[in-house]
Amino acid sequence: MTAGTEIFAYAPKRPNILVRFLNSSFVAILVVAAAIVAIWYVGAVALNATAQNFADERAGVTRDWPDFVKATWSQDKPRLPAPHQVAEEVYNTTFLVPPTAKRSLVYHGWITLSSTLVGFVIGTLLGIGLAILIVHVPSLDRSLMPWIVSSQTIPILAIAPMVIVVLAAVGVVGLLPKAVISTYLSFFPVTVGMVKGLRSPEPMHLDLMRTYNASRWQTFWKLRWPSALPFLFVSMKVAVAAALVGAIVGEMPTGAVAGLGARLLTGSYYGQTIQIWAALFAAALMAAVLVGIVGLVGRLVFRHMGARPA
Amino acid sequence: MTDEAAAPRGAGILRAIAQKRSTPPLAAAAAGGAVVPVERAPAPVPPAPVVIDVRNLSLTFMTNDGPVDALSGIDLSVHRGEFISLIGPSGCGKTTLLRVIADLEQPTAGSISVNGVTPEEARRNRGYGYVFQAAALYPWRNVARNVALPLEIMGIDKAERDRRVAENLAHVNLTGFERKFPWQLSGGMQQRVSIARALAVEPDLLLMDEPFGALDEIVRDRLNQQLLELWAKTGKTVIFVTHSLPEAVFLSTRIVVMTPRPGKVHDVITSDLPRERDLDIRETPEFLKIAARVRDGLRAGHSYED
Amino acid sequence: MSRPSWQALLALVAVVAAVALPLADGRSTIFLVDDGLAGFLVVWTVGLAAIFAVWPAGREASIEALFIGAHAGAAYIYLFLPRFAAAAPAWTFGQRPADGSGPVGFGTFLADTAGFWGLFLAVWLLAWLLVTRLSLLRAGGRLGSLLLRILVPALFGIWLLFLWEVVTRALGVPPVLLPPPSAIGARIAASLPTLWADFRQTFLKAVIAGFAIGSGAGFLFALLVDRIPFLKRGLLPIGNLVSALPIIGIAPIMVMWFGFDWPSKAAVVAIMTFFPMLVNTLAGLDAADRIQRDLMRTYAASHGQTLFKLRLPAALPFIFNGLKINTTLALIGAIVAEFFGTPIVGMGFRISTEVGRMSIDMVWAEIAVAALAGSVFYGVMALIERACTFWHPSFRT
Repeated sequence: MTAGTEIFAYAPKRPNILVRFLNSSFVAILVVAAAIVAIWYVGAVALNATAQNFADERAGVTRDWPDFVKATWSQDKPRLPAPHQVAEEVYNTTFLVPPTAKRSLVYHGWITLSSTLVGFVIGTLLGIGLAILIVHVPSLDRSLMPWIVSSQTIPILAIAPMVIVVLAAVGVVGLLPKAVISTYLSFFPVTVGMVKGLRSPEPMHLDLMRTYNASRWQTFWKLRWPSALPFLFVSMKVAVAAALVGAIVGEMPTGAVAGLGARLLTGSYYGQTIQIWAALFAAALMAAVLVGIVGLVGRLVFRHMGARPA
Repeated sequence: MTDEAAAPRGAGILRAIAQKRSTPPLAAAAAGGAVVPVERAPAPVPPAPVVIDVRNLSLTFMTNDGPVDALSGIDLSVHRGEFISLIGPSGCGKTTLLRVIADLEQPTAGSISVNGVTPEEARRNRGYGYVFQAAALYPWRNVARNVALPLEIMGIDKAERDRRVAENLAHVNLTGFERKFPWQLSGGMQQRVSIARALAVEPDLLLMDEPFGALDEIVRDRLNQQLLELWAKTGKTVIFVTHSLPEAVFLSTRIVVMTPRPGKVHDVITSDLPRERDLDIRETPEFLKIAARVRDGLRAGHSYED
Repeated sequence: MSRPSWQALLALVAVVAAVALPLADGRSTIFLVDDGLAGFLVVWTVGLAAIFAVWPAGREASIEALFIGAHAGAAYIYLFLPRFAAAAPAWTFGQRPADGSGPVGFGTFLADTAGFWGLFLAVWLLAWLLVTRLSLLRAGGRLGSLLLRILVPALFGIWLLFLWEVVTRALGVPPVLLPPPSAIGARIAASLPTLWADFRQTFLKAVIAGFAIGSGAGFLFALLVDRIPFLKRGLLPIGNLVSALPIIGIAPIMVMWFGFDWPSKAAVVAIMTFFPMLVNTLAGLDAADRIQRDLMRTYAASHGQTLFKLRLPAALPFIFNGLKINTTLALIGAIVAEFFGTPIVGMGFRISTEVGRMSIDMVWAEIAVAALAGSVFYGVMALIERACTFWHPSFRT
């Protein structure tokens, strides 16, 4: 081992602040989002080019390519509207129109939001109650739980039109039928999540409560409920998103009167693509905000409980 | 076994070469990153070649609470055929040092060579076998295929793989368990599989990071004895991280005591116990004398925490 | 000494009521004792089963008695149902008595039929006890416990259907509101060709194609993104966000782009299934623990070797989780997308048009097919998962 004296020195690594900033998730998200918008613009040109060519030929217009690109980004009923067209539509129908008008996104959004929230709240309470029953009644666990689990594999949304029409036939219209669908969609995830959560305490902790001779009720409040909360908030995020989907789909078969779902449907009837995209964006924004609020409430609750911030 | 391993070895020679480094760390630190001759300790017999050479090695982790000196000015050279234990309280950097040798961490200063090359090259040459704290077996592979995993990665053909799997499972007394899945084995058996997996690479150097830490005393004793037999049979160089004092003294030819904050070598104790040992040796005065010295070193390390 | 079972005691009272009170009052009042041998047998089997079940000490022995009593009673009630049509109360749209006498009030209706409801209550209580005691039973052997695990929910499901059947038919609930299960069953049997055509259009074409494209693309894209850490950091939060969005809303756009036939539905399904697969695969690729990765590093394994030998196998539970989520999403996507326009075939099309024509039994038939298809699709995925991830803690035996 005569050559065994090679020396390899390493310089300490200490990334500077710019490198660290560029490596942060925030910048990464921004870059990816910007890339998506860019691809969208290119896609708008590609998808709208045929129609633009056709229209130009008929009108006898010849355009150079920057003008042509600009034209594809400003069509009236484009196959794919450019991002700024959608943004403009969202802005116009949100801020420039009184919120009571039929064209107002606020008006339609509020209708969707209200049935979403009603359904979500009822569904969550129902789900929690059912989960508590299932955890405490063994026969329900063995008989009902398999059905709840397997019912998650069923395309429940397919019954939405029937619920709406059937309830309309017996005179129940408006917010309630949509809320029923939202309730239905949101209570499944909550039930499953809560059953898992209420069962999550370790056997050792349950044994500890037994050594204290704690009642079922005490065990529930002091052990099962707190340990179930993280599961509850995770499933509530799923539930609120599902409730919104339920409300939107529930708005479609009622003859497309009001709500974001109705905006989607009328838009597709009349080929108003910009309107569809604007409604889509409003729905997406609403979903993001709702999920965000649930997550925020969860974090506040955990902080109040003194949990370590994740 | 590669042909390199044919170097002369034996209990007498090993004991002779396995001695404490005479140079204090500060002297080496003064040398900075410059070339330093390897053999300084005068040896009565021609020493076995150096396998690992660590000079003035430091590693600073950048954490949110500022820099943490995991290793500071470490000097250590390991000769072929030695059984070295790294012992010390948690946070003393013993595992980090092992990971630097394995090229799982990069040092921030100093120099290190493994088998005469950088740790990275040594890793690329599959120059060592590494045994982790946990068995880290793949649950989707049965025992035989777990042992064969490194061989598949090295591109060794099927016949040779089968031969080495059989041979090394026999080494750890697990013949007959080839088709079992990891979760069907006890913790001690799992760790034996992971040792067989490390041996299957047929490295001259075995790096072991608290391999028996999670096992109970009885199992640990038995595995310690098996490990010694294996070491005697194959003559490999072993670096063994542990926090168990009896384990370190029982196994090693040299014991490196480390202290935390920053991670430093506090003392290096050469064991003059015979190479062939059984568990009863732990009752002898010689054993207790070495243990006492190691304990003194550990106390010094712990005193930092008060 | 344990307490007597209140369900059994109540069932006994209900049997006595069933004997004493009229079963149905259409043209003439019918009592249980009027019904000859059948009535005699039912009273005694149900009554004896209830007596057997009063003391939980005889728990195991009472199960057979409960089983026979509950099902004999249920069979009698089912066969009695056609005689009931005559007695529907005024608040429903049920048929009036044939002799032209006016509709009766709900109170009168209940009083006239109290014996029937007493028997129904008794039978239901016995069934409840049966399920409770079966679920407390610990079967010896693997086969026995498996059978029990299937039997308990199956019994529960059957009794739920029975409740549905009796309530809708005895109370004369209009079929437009909620048809009885027997009518739905008859409808399914009568329109098998239509149901098959719809199934082929929606499931075999749109769902399968969209599921394969969406999940496959999500998986491959995840492998690509995984190699570029920057993209991963940026895309993962966006992917998570998009997974929660009501993507179903793009259905009208896809119909515009890809036409009325199944490709537009497949496109909706593909987009809906893409993100769950992407997010799950990315999470799965990070699932291998640190020691296992370090191990691959000590072997100087290449990126590909680490991927195929460690990270993909470790990711399998996550990948299958994504696939299972996608089975449901795919079916929902295809059906709802058909609400926005289709050729005149398909499950979503059938649901929306039959709802419009108020033939609710056909809608239920389609929903039954969709539920069956969804469950089988999911079940197949779960079986493949079990075969591939037999090593995972959740499957070890």
